[in-house]
Amino acid sequence: MSKWQEKVEAYLEPRFQLSAIRNFANKKKVPEHRHSFWYFFGGICLFLFIIQVLTGVLLLLYYTPSVDTAHESVQFIMSQVKFGWLIRSVHSWTANILVGVLFIHMFSTFFLKAYRPPRELTWITGFLLLVLFLAFGFSGYLLPWNELSFFATRVGTDIAGVIPFVGKALKTFILGGQEVSDATLTRFFWLHVAVLPAIAILIMGIHIILVQTLGMSKPIGVGETKEISFFPEFILKDALGWLIILAVVGAVCVFLPWEAGPKADPFASTPLGIKPEWYFTFMFTTLKLVPAHIFTIEGEILAVLGFMLGGLLLMLVPFLDRGAAREKRSPIFSAVGLAVVLYIVVMTALTYLAPNIGK
Amino acid sequence: MPLKSSWRGAIRCGRLGLAALVIMSAPLSLSAQKNSCVDCHLGMDDALKAPAEGFNADVHKQFGLSCQDCHGGNPAQDDVELAKDRSFKGSPERAKIPEFCGSCHSNSEYMRRFNPNLRVDQLVLYWTSQHGQLLKKGDTSGAVCTDCHGVHGIQPASFPKSQVFPWNIPQTCGRCHSSADTMKAYGISIKQVDDYKQSVHARALFEKKDLSAPVCNDCHGNHGAAPPEISSIAFVCRQCHPSAGDLFSKSPHKEAFDSLGISECEACHGNHRISPPSDELLAGGKQDVCVQCHEAGTEAHRTGLQIRKQIDDFVSSSEAAKSLLAAAERKGVEVSEAQFKLQDAKTALVLARNLTHGLSLPEIEANLGAGGKVLAEVKVRGEAALSEAKFRRSGLIIATAFIILLAAALYLKIRDLKGSAKHEG
Repeated sequence: MSKWQEKVEAYLEPRFQLSAIRNFANKKKVPEHRHSFWYFFGGICLFLFIIQVLTGVLLLLYYTPSVDTAHESVQFIMSQVKFGWLIRSVHSWTANILVGVLFIHMFSTFFLKAYRPPRELTWITGFLLLVLFLAFGFSGYLLPWNELSFFATRVGTDIAGVIPFVGKALKTFILGGQEVSDATLTRFFWLHVAVLPAIAILIMGIHIILVQTLGMSKPIGVGETKEISFFPEFILKDALGWLIILAVVGAVCVFLPWEAGPKADPFASTPLGIKPEWYFTFMFTTLKLVPAHIFTIEGEILAVLGFMLGGLLLMLVPFLDRGAAREKRSPIFSAVGLAVVLYIVVMTALTYLAPNIGK
Repeated sequence: MPLKSSWRGAIRCGRLGLAALVIMSAPLSLSAQKNSCVDCHLGMDDALKAPAEGFNADVHKQFGLSCQDCHGGNPAQDDVELAKDRSFKGSPERAKIPEFCGSCHSNSEYMRRFNPNLRVDQLVLYWTSQHGQLLKKGDTSGAVCTDCHGVHGIQPASFPKSQVFPWNIPQTCGRCHSSADTMKAYGISIKQVDDYKQSVHARALFEKKDLSAPVCNDCHGNHGAAPPEISSIAFVCRQCHPSAGDLFSKSPHKEAFDSLGISECEACHGNHRISPPSDELLAGGKQDVCVQCHEAGTEAHRTGLQIRKQIDDFVSSSEAAKSLLAAAERKGVEVSEAQFKLQDAKTALVLARNLTHGLSLPEIEANLGAGGKVLAEVKVRGEAALSEAKFRRSGLIIATAFIILLAAALYLKIRDLKGSAKHEG
């Protein structure tokens, strides 16, 4: 270590207690077994979130949240700003990849039963992060103010409007009125760049602290295993995954840059085949397929309530799966989880393969 | 002060009288709502049932009119004889239908009660029409009001299901004008409607649902329908194409056409089957209309060829610029601004094509010259977009190579760490 390095460390040590952090990182071990591949998805989520923040901050330099200028500013970014096309495409593509990786991370954690005590709060914060990132996606989709996003937002907020008792008030609150308008754009922008990031960073901080302090969970039935050091071995493996993702994102952005699309026209009729972002399509298709009435209750209301209940049960699964809590296999929970995954995959596929279904 | 017994009696009588009046007027008010015409006709055979059924959707009913307002009679009476009282007019003879409808529709004072904006000159116009002229001569085969508007179940012209709504008019006119039997006596061709259906106007109306596209009545008139005279065709077309008309009037063709008695627009564009305007109509084109009067090789035809060349060259440059932008767009470069700019060149081309009606080569050249400058700018932008696409791909290759290198280094480091761990173990 050179002299100046020693000086810098000597200055920082009493202030940041670097040696404590170093000791913690050196001592921390990560179990290695045949399922440890799934551990890397959490790190990939974090990496993609960092890209989101960096590219989002850069987009803020030129983006203006108003119906008269939003679309124009996005087009300006895409055509005039040096590397603007890259920044915007990376932001949009990584947002989508992030949601996909979040789903993989959540379900891999679910099937490995990593929510077992004492990691209940790690699971709950993770679930809340998924919900937050879905909200990020929903609010960010409208910001370019293009035709697809405008009508998809209208469809999405209409769905929120059917929630019993609070639906109408919720819809008005989200939209800032009765229709998707300038007020909606301002609200979505406020949510996307201020409220959601603040909450996400807070919950993500708790989630990461919990992961670090409690360590990685070993799946049920995996006994004594080999362990690798968190630093540098696991971190380096993580970084390798990040580099692969980066290369993929770069290639996708060059060959398929995210389009700005035609500007939204609130007076135009809804274009045919309008649908929300892919990660909401399983709910969208369910709503199209559900009968108008189930017994005496409106089918749509029942489906929305069903999704809300499903989400709640998923969040509370650490407290429901008592078998796993006692380190016993819980095949019923695995089977239900598999059914949910199949349902999401089939419904999402149907949205694209049979767009006229349920009409 | 107590009332005298006679006063009391009078008041009692008054009360009784009032009560009797109320009781007696009840059946009267009930019978006022009753319509025995509809009640009876609904129970009759198809032909006699149809008027009662159709009238439910009739515009006259919507304005509160009923059977007796046209046909007279007393619908309050159940008895047929009593219902068909002295005021009963029944169905008018075919020859009397225009006057029958006109008795209300030409009465501005009466019509004002329902719609102050409704015209009341239909009957006057009708008598000037070919249809009216035939009727005047005693020929009842010509169209009368009901042939176009229907009888019972008449709809306002603005109602899409109405027989006289724009996209139903060709069919309505065609009922007679496409019938060989009906037209035989008058020596009128029966191809007009079929020809119209292949025209640019029909395409605008039926495919683009453009209700401003002309149908039969827009050129021939509706109530005063008659074929336009040769001299008036140009004025008819100018209703929608004033700019082309003005240019034509200033051109050397105007005087020549007038002296030869040739109708202006129709000579080149035809009448019912007006094809979409195309450069092929210009000199040297597949549908060269100039050769109708100017033989190939004459000076006039050579001028025509020059005009066409100017336009063809511009179209080629425009197509080249368009494909340049399309190629850049396919490669993922945002070119919407350049595409927007290309609209200016398109506008210049549209104007130049319109200027062909004026036959002024310098004017056409000047217009295309301005458009050419736009095309040059678009070409520069398109080329820049393509080189940007190339730059992006090169950049991706370099960045990916760097990432692969870094990943390989990381992999080696991980392997090295694993080896050291094994060694220590």
